[in-house]
Amino acid sequence: MITNELSIGEMESLSKELRQDILNTIFEAGSGHPGGSLSAVEILTSLYWKEMQHDPANPGNPDRDKFILSKAHACPVLYVVLAKCGYFPREELWTFRKIGSILQGHAHIMTPGVEMSGGSLGQGLSFGVGSALAARLDSKKSRTYVLLGDGECDEGQIWEAAMSAAHYKLDNLVAIIDRNGIQNDRLTSEVMNLEPLPDKWRSFGWNTIEIDGHKFEDIIASLKTARSTKDKPTAIIATTIKGKGVSFMENNPGFHGKSPNEEELVKALDELSR
Amino acid sequence: MTTTAATREVYGQTLLKLGNDNRDIVVVGGDLNKSTFIHLFAQEFPDRFFDMGPAEQNMMSVSAGLANAGKTVFASTFAVFGSGRPYDQIRLGISQPNLNVKIVVTHAGIMTGDDGMSAQSIEDLSLMCALPNFTVIVPADGPETVKAVVAAANTKGPFYIRLSRAATPVIHEENYSFEIGKAEIIRSGPQATIIACGIMVDAALMAADKLSTEGINCSVINMATLQPVDKEAIITAAKNTGAIITAEEHLHHGGLNSIVAQVVGENYPVPIEAVSLTRYAESGDPKLLLEKYGLTPDSIAKAVKVAIERK
Repeated sequence: MITNELSIGEMESLSKELRQDILNTIFEAGSGHPGGSLSAVEILTSLYWKEMQHDPANPGNPDRDKFILSKAHACPVLYVVLAKCGYFPREELWTFRKIGSILQGHAHIMTPGVEMSGGSLGQGLSFGVGSALAARLDSKKSRTYVLLGDGECDEGQIWEAAMSAAHYKLDNLVAIIDRNGIQNDRLTSEVMNLEPLPDKWRSFGWNTIEIDGHKFEDIIASLKTARSTKDKPTAIIATTIKGKGVSFMENNPGFHGKSPNEEELVKALDELSR
Repeated sequence: MTTTAATREVYGQTLLKLGNDNRDIVVVGGDLNKSTFIHLFAQEFPDRFFDMGPAEQNMMSVSAGLANAGKTVFASTFAVFGSGRPYDQIRLGISQPNLNVKIVVTHAGIMTGDDGMSAQSIEDLSLMCALPNFTVIVPADGPETVKAVVAAANTKGPFYIRLSRAATPVIHEENYSFEIGKAEIIRSGPQATIIACGIMVDAALMAADKLSTEGINCSVINMATLQPVDKEAIITAAKNTGAIITAEEHLHHGGLNSIVAQVVGENYPVPIEAVSLTRYAESGDPKLLLEKYGLTPDSIAKAVKVAIERK
């Protein structure tokens, strides 16, 4: 079991490296979801290199903390993080979405380190409720972290899960909402207004924290607050920028589910290496 | 007088016993816990029982999360709410990752009666048999329910077990030996084979009795496991008797008849007749519904004659 302890400076430079690998992974596949992968880099970096106890050598370690990617289309960010942690060799990234690969187009439990099969939105928080209930039943300290998309909160099941987590007082469960403001087709405000989103989570009985999802200090502090909160699950609404780190992808719905072409890749990698 | 037992009640008692021996068993319910009899488990083991309310999508995905953490999960509600309603959650969350969740549903078929067509699950076997990794069992009576539930608890992987609301005739002895995926040949006769599941097994036996008084002797097979189905038993029946009649409390499409017809068609084509539903039913007394919609020993006997005629 490891708990990584990187400094914020180290995590910042690691984030750039992870972003480059996300784009390389998607480019090699020729398809995938860069926008919502890039927006969640700091969140996953904080979890895997600061917050969680996990075990790349034994992914099934029964005492591990669990990360559940409910927005499973953003699996490139999870795959590059898992590769960097040593769950599988980095070379596997170049097989993403290809026949015979352990890296499926949407996160699947077959991949070492992936906790849940996803790909149909709205189901991960419920899975997290099950995971948190089991941990409590077994008197384990293990905590469960679920990453939700903001557009994903259109799914009714998210709110079924939110109600049940509060009902069962699951203080070992954290939902992080990647609030990048853009979903598949358009802005979330245009497709289906989510606001007031923090009020919704509060009214469902969650300890609700609003942060800048690209600021490590904010993310780490909110996870710490979640840890010390008793009898309530915590929702962290992390305001992020879709496509973060690449000028022409930022806030661009066109890169929700499209691979960069070669020219765009070169330009993006150049921006990220500065 | 035939003894009867409600398979749902037998299930609740069996789960209670299993809960004593196996501490990894947890139960998830959806606000129908007295009707499904999982309240017996809930009363005894409150810490291992989770009511999710009538929120079946959440219920199935929570079950997946519990199973992934090493639990043997029994999730129970009515058949309509445990199959079609949360189908995507079952497909993505339980079937594809092959998790250890046992969906045990009650109030299946038209025997649910007065609640009407919304509550009468007659498409569920088609839906559930379409899912790879799922074992699908329709017990014929109380003793078979006990065996099926115990077998599910002791076998890794997802299960769908379909039970009834009403008390149904007991046709098995308590020491009856049940095996997942193994057909039970209850009666042997050379002229045709009736393959039935669930409540229709008793009707099939009554039909066979009636036919024998007319000089027609047929076999009766209890096909409790629809998936994985006992292909050998079906092929042997086709070869030995040359005509097959299926009987199920389910729509004609996608259930027992479809499964049997596929095996027969691929291996040893013989005439097949179906006793099944062809449309949605309505509110009413279960017995009268069975008569109106043709799920009776008489319908089976008639189908046997047609099948023999077609040889």
